[in-house]
Amino acid sequence: MPSRALIAALVIAGALLPVLPGMPVFWITLLNNIGLGALVAIGLVVLTGVGGLTSFGQAAFCGFGAFTTAVLTTRYGWSPWATLPVALAITAAGALVLGLLTVRLSGHYLPLGTIAWGLSLYFLFGELELFHRHDGITAIPPFNFAGWDLYDSRGIYYVIWAFVILAAIATRNLLDSRTGRAIRALRGGAVAAESFGVSTMRVKLVVFVYAALLAGISGWLYAHMQRAVNQTPFGINAGIEYLLMAVLGGAGHVGGAILGSGIVTLLKDQLQRILPALFGSKGNYEMIVFGALLVVLLQTAREGLWPRLAALVPERGRRQRPPQAEPLPARTMPPAGEPLLSLKSARKEFGGLVAVNDVSFNVRAREIVGLIGPNGAGKSTIFNLVTGVLWPTAGEIAFKGERISGRPSQVVARRGIARTFQHVNVLPNMSVLENVALGAHLRGTRGAVSSVARLDRAEEARLIDEAARQIERMGLAQVMHRPAGSLSLGQLRIVEIARALCLDPVLLLLDEPAAGLRHLEKRELAQTLTRLREEGLTILLVEHDMSFVMGLTDHLVVLDFGTKIAEGRPAQVRADPVVIEAYLGGVA
Amino acid sequence: MDTTILLFLLQDGVTNGAIYALLALALVLVFAVTRVILVPQGEFVAYGALTLAMLDVGRVPGTAGLLIVFAGLALLVEAWSSRRRLTLKLAGRLFLYYVLPPLLIVALTWWLAPMRLGPVAQALIAIAIVAPMGPYLYRIAFQPLAEASILVLLIAAVGAHFSMTGLCLLFFGPEGMRAQPLLTSGFTAGPIPVSGQNIAICLAAGGLMAALYLFFERTILGKALRATAVNRLGARLVGVRTALSGQLAFLIAAAMGALSGILIVPVTTIYYDSGFLIGLKGFVAAIVGGLVSYPLAAAAAVFVGIVEAFASYWASSFKEIIVFMIIIPVLLVRSLTTTHTEDEE
Repeated sequence: MPSRALIAALVIAGALLPVLPGMPVFWITLLNNIGLGALVAIGLVVLTGVGGLTSFGQAAFCGFGAFTTAVLTTRYGWSPWATLPVALAITAAGALVLGLLTVRLSGHYLPLGTIAWGLSLYFLFGELELFHRHDGITAIPPFNFAGWDLYDSRGIYYVIWAFVILAAIATRNLLDSRTGRAIRALRGGAVAAESFGVSTMRVKLVVFVYAALLAGISGWLYAHMQRAVNQTPFGINAGIEYLLMAVLGGAGHVGGAILGSGIVTLLKDQLQRILPALFGSKGNYEMIVFGALLVVLLQTAREGLWPRLAALVPERGRRQRPPQAEPLPARTMPPAGEPLLSLKSARKEFGGLVAVNDVSFNVRAREIVGLIGPNGAGKSTIFNLVTGVLWPTAGEIAFKGERISGRPSQVVARRGIARTFQHVNVLPNMSVLENVALGAHLRGTRGAVSSVARLDRAEEARLIDEAARQIERMGLAQVMHRPAGSLSLGQLRIVEIARALCLDPVLLLLDEPAAGLRHLEKRELAQTLTRLREEGLTILLVEHDMSFVMGLTDHLVVLDFGTKIAEGRPAQVRADPVVIEAYLGGVA
Repeated sequence: MDTTILLFLLQDGVTNGAIYALLALALVLVFAVTRVILVPQGEFVAYGALTLAMLDVGRVPGTAGLLIVFAGLALLVEAWSSRRRLTLKLAGRLFLYYVLPPLLIVALTWWLAPMRLGPVAQALIAIAIVAPMGPYLYRIAFQPLAEASILVLLIAAVGAHFSMTGLCLLFFGPEGMRAQPLLTSGFTAGPIPVSGQNIAICLAAGGLMAALYLFFERTILGKALRATAVNRLGARLVGVRTALSGQLAFLIAAAMGALSGILIVPVTTIYYDSGFLIGLKGFVAAIVGGLVSYPLAAAAAVFVGIVEAFASYWASSFKEIIVFMIIIPVLLVRSLTTTHTEDEE
């Protein structure tokens, strides 16, 4: 993040540009085009760079904005400003419908889907009588500002760049919030996010509509700058160019979007002048260079130019612990001994393989229960059944007397069950603090709109303070601001516990929490877990380290090949011949 | 609508469907072997079509120059990546692979083009020119990304499509072209005439599918490709050179694309950017087959062809919209039925 002084200098320089004597109008027109491209590319930063959803269809959303205002101003005589809410509403509605159809698509199917509807909309724009088919709509009025018609590119320059700056701020606000953490978790952390109550489908829809809205604004501005629209600029080729801007600039950064748009727009302008002069006649020769540029970028600099540029600006000083805030309301813990979790003949089959074979056991409040067994015994599958990642083939799982099997992860999380993962599931590029704050997702309510408008600050401060508190509770205060990817595996397991605690859980499920820890760390972890139990928490853990489990747990359940073979107090279980056979092998 | 029209539309649909089927098969093959979703497949169609049209009028096609461009770039990439172990022997091999074949093909074209040898010989020349671009394209754009995710490969494929369309414009110009039909004689089946070209298309498509089947079932090279498709690492461990498999898959895809173009250009006027839409229809079919099933993809291709034929009769201006919207429900079903926990990065 560059310093405030630098940003202020850039804004002032930008504001003075058009009034500089001798500044060619042509340059201002180019800057306008850069701004229009940047708006779409900023949307792609959120959608593709951060959210991991690739779209080639953004140009179609520009068309929504452009055609809406074109029809309303030319046919019904609306003022250009008045059409903005309608243009946004129509773009949002269109994006919602397309989003519902396509964000469910996974992996590479999504971009293919965007190509399909992007092409369809492009052809549709050219066929509608309302849009005067291929001829398009002409004589669109310019913006009017305080009695002045903004015919000149200098006038509209301020309008366009005001929107770019607003979009940049809004996007930064959005990403730095409760919703923003959920968006960032879409890429590579979806399962973890779901288990902390994030509805990834909903978040995908939010970013999809958000990106579409920015494209819609770009189209709306374009219509009043060009004062004529037809289908041409809203096809797949334009969609590909927008994606090129985002990839070139650095798909994860708002600044990258502006940089990418700048380079692509200037390059296009130059190429459109040089190449036809070289090869004769008019044509889209710049496509050759753009396509090649995209391929070369993917081969050599997939993260784009912005991170390299940002590395030149010195980072700001060490960050402090976030300020104390009013603590979030906490659940009341159930009294000791009350039945909490019960599995009744839970069964899970994968094809012909029975991974969990009619397992039943109970967990009582304020107990630490260990789930042990050799590799492949079905321990992690049971965790996934309890947390709603997998649904049982048969049997029932109940929590506080209510059935939770067959419910999605978010619902289970809402009831107060938090978990950690056997294969650590944190977002390596996010700071430890933000990773942990994701765990507090369900304890906030503010959505995307209040984040963009910064109305979420009070709640956000409480969520962040809660995250900091849980990190301190687990003794990781000194690494709070480090990117999670820089921590050791053992530390990451503790980060996961802190994140789980942020949910304010009644029941904590820990999947091999001691794996990868050193001896002293294990002893500390055992002490921490005992303290958590004393504070009212109930813990169910899977573990391989016998001495760790024996000293810590109140109750043990032993699994072998998906079947429960023993249950009882640790000492009891240790003496059980069936257990010894399962672990050490029978005497043949 | 009477029976005659119905039969006409069906004939039209099946013929186009046969072409889409060829493209779909090539897409499935390339995806299986290299995980690349071959968006530029359509450009091979346009290259093939325009090459044939130029040969038809006795001119040296622009693709001859294009082949030199592809080979030159591939040579540069290969030479750069092996710059530390460049021996005379390796240089000789590079010459044999990247320099000699394109030069031979181009020289041959130069010599033969003015002779106007007739449709079949011209079709063979056209395939000879376009097919080698496949492996060169793989070497340039995709081999350096062989370990990247499907998504990255897809974006690279879109980039390649972009460049190749621009190059097509550069070498062929913006005018549309047509060629003479491969088969001129036709016959009348019941109430409707069946054109020779339609028969040629169905024969060629059927013949090629049979040939592909034999190739994959009976030859060691075909089996190596299948092995790469099933498991890259495993294939490499048993001695299959996966980079070679990728180039081979691209060779077949480019040849099939060129053939599709050759089959279609006597029926439809082809422009420098027509390939994209034709290729995408192959895509719709390939995706119905989940990018893995050959028979499903072929059947879906015929279905797409028929939908297109009927759409152009009932709502001709909305033809493309209808065809591309078929893909959305298909993608939805695919996404919902494939079990899938975490998006591949």
